[in-house]
Amino acid sequence: MRPTFSIIFFTVASGAGYGVWFLIALASLLVWPEYAPANGITPSMWPRLMVFGLGAGFVLVSSGLVSSLGHLGKPKRAWRAFSQWRSSWLSREGVAAVLTYLPVLAIALAIVHDRWMLHETGNSGEFESLLWMSGPIPILASLLLLAGSLATIYCTANIYACLKPIRAWHNRYVVASYLMIGIYSGGLVAWTLTTFPQGQILDLRYLLFGIVVFAVAASLLKITYWRFVDQGTALNAGDATGLGSLGEVRSFEQPHTEENYLTHEMGFRLARKHSRKLRMICLISGFAIPTLMALLSLIVPNLGITAAWISLVSGMLGIFVERWLFFAEAKHAVMLYYR
Amino acid sequence: MTSLPPPAARKLGLVIDLDTCVGCHACAVACKEWNDGGSFGPLPDEDPYGAEPMGVWFNRVHSYEVRGIGNGESGMVKAGAKRDASCSSSIPRSPFPIPEPSAQPIPHSPFTIPGSTQSIHFPRSCLHCETPACVTVCPTGASYKRAEDGIVLVDEDKCIGCQLCAWACPYGAREFSAKHGVMQKCTLCVDRIYNETLEEIDRQPACVMACPTRARHFGDLGDADSDVSKLAADRGGYALMPEFGYKPVNRYLPPRPRRDAASASPQTKPTTEPIDTTQMSPLLRWVDRVLSR
Amino acid sequence: MPHASLALNTPTGDMVKTTTCYMCACRCGIRVHLKDGRVRYIDGNPKHPVNRGVICAKGSAGIKQHYSPARLSKPLLRIGERGAGEFREIEWDEALELAAKWLGDIRKRNPDELAFFTGRDQSEALTGWWAQQFGTINYAAHGGFCSVNMAAAGMYTFGGSFWEFGEPDWDLTKYLMLWGVAEDHDSNPIKLGLGKLKGRGAKIVAINPVRTGYGAIADEWVPINPGTDGLLAGAFIHELLRNDRVDLEYLVRYTNAHHLVIRDSGAADDGLIARDADGHPLCASRSAEGMEAKTILVRADSVESSPLVVGEYTLADGRKAVPSFQLIAERFLGDDYAPESVSKRCGVSVETIRRLARELAETAFDQAITLDQAWTDVHGREHATMIGRPVSMHAMRGISAHANGFHTCRTLHVLQMLLGAIDTPGSFRYQPPYPKPAPPPNRPGKSRKDDGTLDGGPLGYVQSPEDLLVDADGQPRRLDRAYSWQHPLAAHGLMHSVIRNAWAGDPYRIDTLFMFMANMGWNSSMNTGETRRMLCDRDEASGEYRIPHIIYSDAYLSETVAFADLVLPDTTYLERHDCISMLDRPISDADCAADAIRQPVIEPNRDVRPFQDVLIDLGTRIGLPGLLSADGSAKYPGGFAQYMVEHERAPGVGLLAGWRGADGTKSGFGEPNPDQIKRYVENGCVWEAKIPAAGRYYKMANRDYLSWAKSLGFVGSTDAIVMQLYCETLQRFRLAAQGHGTQQPPANERARVERYFDPIPFWYEDLASDSLLTSRGPHREGQSRGAKSSERAYPLSAITQRPMFMYHSWGSQNTWLRQITARNYLYLNPQTGAANGVADDDWIWLVSPLGRIRVQARFHAATAPGTVWTWNAIGKHKGAWKLDADAPENRDGFLLNHLINELLPSERNSQSYANADPVTGQAAWFDLRVRIECDPSPQKSGHRIEMHDKRSVQ
Ligand SMILES: Nc1nc2c(c(=O)[nH]1)N[C@H]1C(S)=C(S)[C@@H](COP(=O)(O)OP(=O)(O)OC[C@H]3O[C@@H](n4cnc5c(=O)[nH]c(N)nc54)[C@H](O)[C@@H]3O)O[C@H]1N2
Ligand SMILES: Nc1nc2c(c(=O)[nH]1)N[C@H]1C(S)=C(S)[C@@H](COP(=O)(O)OP(=O)(O)OC[C@H]3O[C@@H](n4cnc5c(=O)[nH]c(N)nc54)[C@H](O)[C@@H]3O)O[C@H]1N2
Ligand code: SF4
Ligand code: SF4
Ligand code: SF4
Ligand code: SF4
Ligand code: SF4
Ligand SMILES: [Mo]
Repeated sequence: MRPTFSIIFFTVASGAGYGVWFLIALASLLVWPEYAPANGITPSMWPRLMVFGLGAGFVLVSSGLVSSLGHLGKPKRAWRAFSQWRSSWLSREGVAAVLTYLPVLAIALAIVHDRWMLHETGNSGEFESLLWMSGPIPILASLLLLAGSLATIYCTANIYACLKPIRAWHNRYVVASYLMIGIYSGGLVAWTLTTFPQGQILDLRYLLFGIVVFAVAASLLKITYWRFVDQGTALNAGDATGLGSLGEVRSFEQPHTEENYLTHEMGFRLARKHSRKLRMICLISGFAIPTLMALLSLIVPNLGITAAWISLVSGMLGIFVERWLFFAEAKHAVMLYYR
Repeated sequence: MTSLPPPAARKLGLVIDLDTCVGCHACAVACKEWNDGGSFGPLPDEDPYGAEPMGVWFNRVHSYEVRGIGNGESGMVKAGAKRDASCSSSIPRSPFPIPEPSAQPIPHSPFTIPGSTQSIHFPRSCLHCETPACVTVCPTGASYKRAEDGIVLVDEDKCIGCQLCAWACPYGAREFSAKHGVMQKCTLCVDRIYNETLEEIDRQPACVMACPTRARHFGDLGDADSDVSKLAADRGGYALMPEFGYKPVNRYLPPRPRRDAASASPQTKPTTEPIDTTQMSPLLRWVDRVLSR
Repeated sequence: MPHASLALNTPTGDMVKTTTCYMCACRCGIRVHLKDGRVRYIDGNPKHPVNRGVICAKGSAGIKQHYSPARLSKPLLRIGERGAGEFREIEWDEALELAAKWLGDIRKRNPDELAFFTGRDQSEALTGWWAQQFGTINYAAHGGFCSVNMAAAGMYTFGGSFWEFGEPDWDLTKYLMLWGVAEDHDSNPIKLGLGKLKGRGAKIVAINPVRTGYGAIADEWVPINPGTDGLLAGAFIHELLRNDRVDLEYLVRYTNAHHLVIRDSGAADDGLIARDADGHPLCASRSAEGMEAKTILVRADSVESSPLVVGEYTLADGRKAVPSFQLIAERFLGDDYAPESVSKRCGVSVETIRRLARELAETAFDQAITLDQAWTDVHGREHATMIGRPVSMHAMRGISAHANGFHTCRTLHVLQMLLGAIDTPGSFRYQPPYPKPAPPPNRPGKSRKDDGTLDGGPLGYVQSPEDLLVDADGQPRRLDRAYSWQHPLAAHGLMHSVIRNAWAGDPYRIDTLFMFMANMGWNSSMNTGETRRMLCDRDEASGEYRIPHIIYSDAYLSETVAFADLVLPDTTYLERHDCISMLDRPISDADCAADAIRQPVIEPNRDVRPFQDVLIDLGTRIGLPGLLSADGSAKYPGGFAQYMVEHERAPGVGLLAGWRGADGTKSGFGEPNPDQIKRYVENGCVWEAKIPAAGRYYKMANRDYLSWAKSLGFVGSTDAIVMQLYCETLQRFRLAAQGHGTQQPPANERARVERYFDPIPFWYEDLASDSLLTSRGPHREGQSRGAKSSERAYPLSAITQRPMFMYHSWGSQNTWLRQITARNYLYLNPQTGAANGVADDDWIWLVSPLGRIRVQARFHAATAPGTVWTWNAIGKHKGAWKLDADAPENRDGFLLNHLINELLPSERNSQSYANADPVTGQAAWFDLRVRIECDPSPQKSGHRIEMHDKRSVQ
């Protein structure tokens, strides 16, 4: 399948965006409330990371979605895409994406409200009136954000995974890798955010450790996926035409000597040696380097900033390559008619 | 609504006879012509007179060669072999020297056609599947299957041109043009087959009307008694790539077995003794043959 | 949500008009649907006899042709160099005045200085007549480079022809043998017919080096080596005779099988048919007088006789004679036509040859059919039934486009006759106005009357050397050397020789070359580059162009336009009146006579005029007799539409046969009917006359048919038309070559004429590789020499095929058709590729003695090894057809013609013959032999032409 930038950017960026949101939500649920006071973090400096995270996620997700419009023949009608959630994964993706903005909005409001309260109360230690510390709303919002982010990535993945004619997409690896890589790239972003002024979180080790685990897992997943892709399809022109029983079927003349939509869109060919090169790039730049950086900065504390940024840049680059290959290496069944 | 309609009784579709198709492209061009000016047109043509002419077609004709058994090709002797020199007694001598006919195509390489080879032409258009993903993947409801007759259409006013449906079709029946921004496909000539402004006999798909060998047939494959259903039944009509589970409605009729050397009838009735030309003049046989005018 | 915009009842257009398609020469009936003054849709006319509603790819693409950007829009006058394509737009008056001046002067000086050649015919009824009025003998249409071999062989043998003048009995035949047919003129009827055969389960055999199209659906494909069909057909005949599986009854009734041939070598009538005092052919007959049977000589056409087909008989004057059948039998029973002898050369196994011959016989005789249809033969005898031999054949350019095509085609007809399979139920059938006497009686015009007009149509059928157009020294009188000793039976002229001969001034210089609808600057010329050079070559001495004036009428910006001094832009086929006339190439089928018209369905939006109107205007301006009325005023101010209706060839005979007579009630004969065109239009622009049921078969000897045909003016008498198993006409020329008669060939032509004018068909190696060393030098030596070189140097045969969706060069300006094929490949068998180190899709060099062209190779297993081929006329010349310079047609597509020599190889041009059939002058396109050379960078794309003669213009 012909790799188009708008779609690749969409899946990569939104993936990372939802990844960050997912992590932020997770953090706020598990990590934050309990031992924040205990560690004497004053309200005045709390949820910076939350703010950065929500912001970064918002930028990534939104730019991704906007870019996906660029792929449409009639972007102005995009709104129609929400209607078919009953059957269409693309439609579902759209719905999920929109819904996921709601918890983000809720949390944002909560933060604004708290800031204002603190300002009124002059940062006195009374946290009661703060939405954040008190109960359900943030928890609920975080839960929704968590679910929404995962759901949206899941839908995105299924847009491709549900397409039977494309073997490289219609398989169980696809959803898994979209989810995994989405969260992983979110992690890389989150790590970078911690290097922002007052962005640090208490215990970075969990994040770094998570990054390493996901990088390794994702690499393994991709490698098995590529194995699967390389097996190729068993089908040939004989099956496509149903004439196989007569003998070996070979295309003598195509319906058109020049390119047409099908051959242009679905006949994209990638030389084996190129794909090998790119796969290496993907693994090294996408997963190996970040892993290395993460491990390093676990040992050498003040490596922080540089390590994080290197990981982000190299990681995202690798993931972009991964996504490019995801399209470039995918063969469409219709091309059987052209063999 | 892109959820599929409940299975309908009527299943309009085409039956295409690969035994008769000569690959003339008449169906493809007639289709292009009808739809270009019809309710689903225009069918854009990009760079029409330039280096990369590319347009939207609903019907494309492929040509295949099939190398296998019983494909009706007389075992060709080694084209490489040379005619034996002794050939020129009752053929009048040429006052101009006749060179040894250069019979061998390529010197020193004995040729035979491996197995035998058949050419088969194969028109490809929408099969109006019963359970096609091209409909269910559509996010807008633009791609839909008609409940009443099973025709799969695109509502170009709803289509956002995401091309998912084209990706979802294993048969390459949908074509998209940036020029238009919407997906286009075979309509089974829905704007002909019900068209009351046309004479009864003209209410058929343009490709079917055009086909000079009459290899294309249109009808209701849901009705077991319809001509097309019977034809498909008699001739072992088959659906393309059933493994995708889209349940195509269109049927293709396989080439009939060829009557060639393999299947040739053995000498039926003994002819009058072939005479050995070296023994006596064969002409004598006719000497006292009494004929009447 | 409903599909709001779904409109199921939109009318196709606001108006429908019927006319006749001309996207090719098949001439189907079409319905043109107009919407807001534009063509919206073209479909087949279901009521039309030719296509019964179907329409081909070209026909449907007619819209894009009609609106093609390559249409010419105004008369053009050359301002730049010839070939540069620099013109000035001028008004019609200026254009016509200029043309009238050039032509008028010529006519006063010497009408033969005008060479008027109309490529694509269909308007010969006017153009031929116009040439006759002008008085030039230098006129012809495209038949010479097309398929005159089929026409001539057929007309001289059985007064009909393959081509589209006959057809297999689609409804009854059980066995169809296709010899070298890819598409043919009868495009849609053949396809409809094949569909019928498939439905009925009749067997189809394709004899063809390539298996595509029709061959693809054939039951059996016989991959034959190009140029060897004469051998294969001969072997079939050999087998039929050897097994005594021939229809002798049929032969003696309908052919000259029993006619006695004089055997008196050296005599002036040796080999001619023995005749009685009043010229009636004689035959030997068994007559039982009293007890013992004795042999007597009687009129061959007498019905009482019981003719003998073998044996030697003594004529009244004591000389010996034998039935022609015996001569045929002797020739084909000879070892040369034994399957064993031909097998290897043809590339067809002995078993296959034997089996196919057997199948032919079995189908013809063991599966004979009988129609319960009473009929009366020419002798007035009633027959209760019609016996049918359900074996049919169709053959076309695979046979004709070789220099041995005439005799090969005649061999096929002999094969048909021996099977009793011409115009019987289930076999090949005549289409009215055929059959005509073999050969038809009209001879080519030779001399000019006082009013300057020619004494006959410029084209016709020579019956004897006396009819040739040669001067006192036996040298050609026609520019193209048609009807000369070089090509005596050139019934359609030699358009492919015109440019070379005019350029070389051999036999003489001309003043004006006037061409219509022929892309001679490209796909209808051999050695194209050289031809293009000749068109713009100048005389060293005078500095003038060697061809002083070139006038050309085209509708589109073809390659040839650039070479014209004056361009007369024609309309498209939807913008004019045309006439598909019984006097030309009608559209009849075997059951009905039919002619048709084209009517303008839409107004031209450009300053163009129908060529036939222009021709009439031009003729009027130069005062051609037939175009002026008594008072000297224009006779047809209404142009061709008026001519079509009012012009009479003979009293009561005009271009159209339908609705004649003042009240439109007459057919065939009848005074002009002012409403004639109206009546045609009412009837879908076509007229049909069904043949009476009793006259549908055995037309050559069927009184019911012949009297019907006579009433319509197709034949002059109801006498039987005797098929020429033995062709006496050819023998007349051979005798002349042997030194008999008043008109004899010059010495240097005798050997050639004597050899090729054999009254009995035979096979010979194609002339191109038969390097024509004139009789000098002992045979053997020359033989082996020629052999070795030609074998080693050019081992492959190169041919072309018509793509069903393109018409020669016209298709590429059509955006829909070029989206199917915008470039062509050289197709070859994978083994041929392997043997030459060629991989699929490699760019390679194709080499012939003329030079080499760079083409892209594509493997095709259904191509006989030893043959390479491509689609015809896909490659285009930059600048033509309004295609971008980097269009695939220009960049990667190619034209095979560059490699085809227009002359036969000859030692130091001692005598240069056209690369054509020595009997008819048919262009031998398919005798091309080539070799493959690899290119250092086979992946680099791009077509190139490298001729040995560097001057040739590409
Ligand atoms: N290598 C090779 N060469 C071949 C052949 C082959 O098989 N192989 N085939 C040969 C044969 S059989 C033939 S018949 C010739 C055909 O060769 P041509 O007859 O020269 O080829 P066409 O493409 O038919 O071109 C005829 C011209 O008519 C013009 N034309 C089209 N419509 C109209 C119209 O309405 N009015 C006017 N005035 N002009 C019009 C076209 O623009 C074109 O320039 O080619 C011959 N050349
Ligand atoms: N679509 C379309 N239709 C056309 C035309 C067109 O250009 N396009 N042109 C029209 C014209 S002008 C003409 S003359 C007719 C010609 O109609 P065809 O006679 O069908 O002309 P070709 O396409 O040259 O086909 C020649 C066939 O003979 C085969 N062949 C070549 N050499 C030999 C041989 O030695 N022996 C045998 N047995 N076969 C051989 C070739 O493989 C090819 O299949 O078509 C007419 N109809
Ligand atoms: S053929 Fe393709 S487009 Fe047509 S219904 Fe089936 S899946 Fe959909
Ligand atoms: S391209 Fe149009 S029809 Fe196809 S899925 Fe997208 S919206 Fe639906
Ligand atoms: S049915 Fe109509 S739309 Fe479909 S392929 Fe045929 S002509 Fe085209
Ligand atoms: S029109 Fe008929 S014969 Fe021609 S390609 Fe289409 S199906 Fe085949
Ligand atoms: S065969 Fe096609 S192009 Fe030729 S006349 Fe008929 S419809 Fe027109
Ligand atoms: Mo032709």
